[in-house]
Amino acid sequence: MNNSMTTAKRRNRALALCAAPLYVFTLLFVLGPLIYMVILSFLTRAEVWGVVNEFTFKNYADLLQPVYLKTFGESLKLALLTTAIDMVLGYAFGYFMARRPPEKRRLLLLLVMVPFWTSSLMRLYGWVIIFRANGTLDTVLMGLHITKEPLKLLYTYPAVVVGMIYALLPFMILSVYTSVEKMDWSLVEAARDLGASPAKAFLTVTLKLTLPGLLTGVILTFIPSIGLFFVADILGGNKVVLVGNVIQEQLMKVHNWPFAAAMAVVLMAMTSLMIFLYRKITHVSELEGMV
Amino acid sequence: MIKKNSRFSSVYLAVMLVLMYLPIVLIIAYSFNKSRLSSVWTGFTMDWYRQLFADDDILAALINTLILGVGSGICAAVIGTLGAVGMAKAKLPAKGTMEYVATSPIITPEIILGMVDLAFFSLIGLKFGMLTLMIAHTSFCIPYVYMQVKSRLVGIDPSYVEAAMDLGASRGRAFLDVTLPMIAPAIATGMLLSFAMSIDDVVISVFVTGVGVNTLPLKIYTSLKVGVTPKINALCTLMFLATLAIVLLIQLSRRRNGARPSGDGENKTENE
Repeated sequence: MNNSMTTAKRRNRALALCAAPLYVFTLLFVLGPLIYMVILSFLTRAEVWGVVNEFTFKNYADLLQPVYLKTFGESLKLALLTTAIDMVLGYAFGYFMARRPPEKRRLLLLLVMVPFWTSSLMRLYGWVIIFRANGTLDTVLMGLHITKEPLKLLYTYPAVVVGMIYALLPFMILSVYTSVEKMDWSLVEAARDLGASPAKAFLTVTLKLTLPGLLTGVILTFIPSIGLFFVADILGGNKVVLVGNVIQEQLMKVHNWPFAAAMAVVLMAMTSLMIFLYRKITHVSELEGMV
Repeated sequence: MIKKNSRFSSVYLAVMLVLMYLPIVLIIAYSFNKSRLSSVWTGFTMDWYRQLFADDDILAALINTLILGVGSGICAAVIGTLGAVGMAKAKLPAKGTMEYVATSPIITPEIILGMVDLAFFSLIGLKFGMLTLMIAHTSFCIPYVYMQVKSRLVGIDPSYVEAAMDLGASRGRAFLDVTLPMIAPAIATGMLLSFAMSIDDVVISVFVTGVGVNTLPLKIYTSLKVGVTPKINALCTLMFLATLAIVLLIQLSRRRNGARPSGDGENKTENE
């Protein structure tokens, strides 16, 4: 008895030792920086460079200036728009994909996987080629005599929206697909047998069962869409300014780190709230398909 | 009963796929285009590739990218695998919280990760460059390895390890001879995912890189901002081929190891 106790203890110690690097790394390089960000957001910016250790709420008060509130509003608007369109496009894609026979499904999955893993910069740059004046789109439209002169779509709001939708669509497709793929179709058939119309069966059964996947997709689309500053950079020029752009500018150009930190804290709070709500609604602790 | 595939669904899938690939195809096509500026096709050339390989900056960036991808992949594989194995069985303080924090980089906007790392590294006085890039990349790669290994560990029948121990193997021996080979595919997949994430990262790298240290995505990002040359088309094309190879490798390693009979279900893990 005593002997087995010590063995168990020894074993626990060995396993704890295994987990030690993860603990140390996480505390030092994940939790540490996050805590410092919160502290930093309450500190004062030094006159010329760096930070003074003086407690202040000024950074958060500054966030309430109309120009920054507008930026948050714009970012939220764009994120919501992107997420909503991706929801429709991605759900349909994931759903149709999951209904194919297995070999076709595997091929389709591979076809979605490749752009998903391709450098997002490269994929956005492809849109620059399409949108720029006398680019692909103009050449085609003018060639077909639909338009007479270049549309000048590059560096406009619609270009940014298209870029966002495009960059994040694979997340939605894959989340929805995972959910639809493992759905029990006999439940839908049962609903149909009991007299439900296809639309009703879809709304009451299919949609309900695949909701966790759809919500995962929403999280995975919404969260990055707030921070993706390079989409606005590349496709929007300087015309579309998002929270991500302001944080980057404050950090790298203005060097007002405490203010950037305050902005990041608010952004972080927003995304945490989203995830909290997601868990409340779906009652799962981990994002569907993310295990 | 339920109509499986309508014509509409086929058309829809096809159109969406074309849209998904169009930007990529255009870049590849233009990388062989003679004309420097216009979108019009003026003839085939390999000049841009020749110029690309003659560019020392880009070669240096390529080497940095590879060192970073492989290095952070290995670091993440060691820390993540050991962590998943330890966390699975050991009684540890604040285990749930620790797991949440360790995997949180996946659900945190990249810009926040980049900014907190920038602030923290300058606080503790690390010199910005390869080391800071390596730490930052390792931190966002760990979750991929950790989650892969964790989900594989759950699926392992404990009777294998028990059988090995009944036959006289020590715990350590049983782990090395039985558990490790069984989780090896998950480690490999996690590392490949990490590598793919690392060689694609712009947002975090922008913040934590040092003066004169470039990676390929950083190089592309800068040139997209100051004006592109067809050389970038050629570079993107080569990077795309590398990505394609990695994706195929992941698929292959999964199928070979018969991770799960359906094969597809397993892929959900890739979806971050």
